[in-house]
Amino acid sequence: MKLAPTTIEELQERVREGGRLLPRGGGTKSALSSPNDGSDAVEVVGLSGLIEYEPSEFTFTALVGTRLSDIAPLLAENGQFLPFDPLFVERGATLGGSLAAGLSGPGRYHYGGLRDFILGVKYLNGAGEIVRAGGKVVKNAAGFDIPKLMVGSLGSLGVLVELTFKVLPRPEKTLTLRLACDDLEGALQIQFKLFPCPLDIDALDLEISPSEAVLWVRLAGYGGVLPKRLSRLRELVGGGEVFEAQDEERIWHGVREMKWVPDGWSLVKAPITPGRIETLEQGLERAFEEVEIRRRYSCGGQITWLAFPGSLEKMDDVLGEQSLPGLVVFGPPGKRRLGKASGASFYRRIKQALDPDQRFVEV
Amino acid sequence: MGSTKLIDSLKQIYPNERLLTRPAQLIPYESDALTAYRCRPLAVVIPEDQDEVIDTVRLCDQLQVPFVARGSGTSLSGGSLPVDGGIVIALNRLDRILRLDPQERIAVVEAGVVNLAVSKAAMPYGLYFAPDPSSQPICTIGGNLAYNSGGAHCLKYGMTSNHILGIKAVLPDGEVVELGGESLEGVGPDLVGLYVGSEGLFGIALEITLRLLPKPEVFRTVLVAYDSLEAAGDAVARVVAAGLLPGAMEIMDRLAIDAAVAAVEANYPSGAAAVLIVELDGEANQVEEEFKRLMAVIDDSGAEEIRIAQDDADRQRIWKGRKSAFSAVGRLSSEFLVQDGVVPRSRLGEALAEIEKLSARYSLRVANVFHAGDGNLHPLILYGGGEAGRANEAGRVEEAGAFERAEELAGEILDMCIRFGGSITGEHGVGVEKLRHLPKMFTEVDMETFQMIRGAIDPNKLSNRGKMFLDEPQTPRRYSGPRPQERADSIL
Repeated sequence: MKLAPTTIEELQERVREGGRLLPRGGGTKSALSSPNDGSDAVEVVGLSGLIEYEPSEFTFTALVGTRLSDIAPLLAENGQFLPFDPLFVERGATLGGSLAAGLSGPGRYHYGGLRDFILGVKYLNGAGEIVRAGGKVVKNAAGFDIPKLMVGSLGSLGVLVELTFKVLPRPEKTLTLRLACDDLEGALQIQFKLFPCPLDIDALDLEISPSEAVLWVRLAGYGGVLPKRLSRLRELVGGGEVFEAQDEERIWHGVREMKWVPDGWSLVKAPITPGRIETLEQGLERAFEEVEIRRRYSCGGQITWLAFPGSLEKMDDVLGEQSLPGLVVFGPPGKRRLGKASGASFYRRIKQALDPDQRFVEV
Repeated sequence: MGSTKLIDSLKQIYPNERLLTRPAQLIPYESDALTAYRCRPLAVVIPEDQDEVIDTVRLCDQLQVPFVARGSGTSLSGGSLPVDGGIVIALNRLDRILRLDPQERIAVVEAGVVNLAVSKAAMPYGLYFAPDPSSQPICTIGGNLAYNSGGAHCLKYGMTSNHILGIKAVLPDGEVVELGGESLEGVGPDLVGLYVGSEGLFGIALEITLRLLPKPEVFRTVLVAYDSLEAAGDAVARVVAAGLLPGAMEIMDRLAIDAAVAAVEANYPSGAAAVLIVELDGEANQVEEEFKRLMAVIDDSGAEEIRIAQDDADRQRIWKGRKSAFSAVGRLSSEFLVQDGVVPRSRLGEALAEIEKLSARYSLRVANVFHAGDGNLHPLILYGGGEAGRANEAGRVEEAGAFERAEELAGEILDMCIRFGGSITGEHGVGVEKLRHLPKMFTEVDMETFQMIRGAIDPNKLSNRGKMFLDEPQTPRRYSGPRPQERADSIL
């Protein structure tokens, strides 16, 4: 077994050796980090560490294999954070893997997703050359936005080496309200009430269980005024149970780490809009009559997390029927994308341009 | 060559009144807001629906005629400058808001819809479109998309790119593609992210799905005067250090203040060397608490004068002065260049001192207006008209060589931005104006990579040829004399 590269030069050498490559970070997303179709994994965890962090600039630059669990405390020490609630931090996710998978957690609701916080990338192309795009400042419109293109690219366009992110000041305190609703419809109604309301909701997740639909609403800001804000929220939605401090942290930690997904089950991310949730629910009910399926609608109904045992085929069908795209996060190696793929021909052109020798996996 | 054939074919698509070919009709399209450059197109077409745009692009592909899509022509980098031997596709009549869904919080609009029109349409639902370039009362969403426009609220809310969810576009070879969708999230490479800010090199966006945000419950806006630019810059650093995230933090220097006061009667303190505008927005209780902390910082920042907006009219007055700064500077000098380089925020003071030195060395006045929260400079380099005291009656004649010196000075500012680890453009794009500077910011391999992408989407370089890449056949011509609109008026 080859040792993982620990320098950019070693990584370049590895790329130049040839073969079809799948860059691999912490390996926390089994379906995305397992080589198939004859590709070899290129481990990037050896390229780890913070390169630059100037808190007053709201930016940091780190190597691709740097674990989020190493970055988060450094940011926290300076009262800052990545506001999109990065996923799988405790499991060992890396910056590069998170970017390539394009995954954002519940915090996406208020401040935007990972795509809104990536400022610059340095990566290796198929010839092992270093390519840079974007920049290291919070605002930049020079050249094509390759940093954004890399979000969700699943290692298909090159091996990331170095990433620059924007960060924001971390709120002093958070509070979470748990609202149990009788059914999905009731929960959706409350969501629709919250969308245009002037309350600054920090996160809004909807959890579906066999007996109820539970809304989780998070507020963030100065501790002194949170009680006032909470009572406005409770008045609007009609009560709810409040979680604070460790109890609250445990809840969101479980969400970020996907602790609700049983071992061995598949986990699929399906972008959606709140207005299409009911139709998807009906489709799932029909297709998964005999198989248990757990769902979570995150970020105000913009992301569906679907967990289920068994094969992916059924899910592929349901998403395809509803013209929704899907990304397999946990699951058997093989199919990484399900359902509808938009912009396929545009993607082909980009792929051909950036990876003419087919050195990297397909998305 | 086949310009007759081109015009004949265009006649198949457009009635006479929407196919402009006479010089007097074409002159207004020779320039955009970067008036120092001009180029007369063969024709200007004014499509009224998406099919006409698609047909036109396909015709251009068939005849290998370069085209430039144009919205309201507010680009400050020459982004919609016509191409020699090419046509202009003016998109202002594609101005329909096709769908506004308050529950999904999206608007689907055509490319020619004016930025501010989206927020106006969304207002009854308590929603708005966040990107607010200063030209928002006239600039179009298509142009915002092509150049990834910014504005005063980017630190908190991001640029145009952060607010575009889906794009239906016609590629330069006539293929129609749909990228993204209606969700905030996607699967697979972020193609929408790549398309936004591609400076018109990827064809023409026809239909754009925008993300709408709930309108902040309250705004607190404060205008603070300082006796030096440094003091204003220091105040910004303190605000940031206090962990605050204002919606906007803007600074204007003395020259810019004077211009704004003269032009729109902005009630800015007279005689201030710099004013800082800070705006907080969000939920009332939270903002009140933030405001307390902000004012503690401001009170302690050596301010000469502090004015707190008492109501919305007050707030609008403060912003009017800031947002009209560019046109206001026109009162000081008929000709000026605007740069929009970015430096790390912590080096703002250094950057401004350097600009001051350059201004003295080149004997050209420079007014500064900038998005301080982003380190996004906007030095306005005055070189025309009265600058050298040799203006004619129309105020148009400039000192010989002033433009060249202004461009050189602008170049030195951009070099400084690169040296400081920043960028040559925060929100105006490369266009034709910064063609020589882009390769200084990137390596040869980086530039080749950009070119490969360009080649994959538009191998014949028909779409907005000559923008972003220096080696594309396009010789932007230097312009002096009356502005295009004035020339057209005098002919008509």
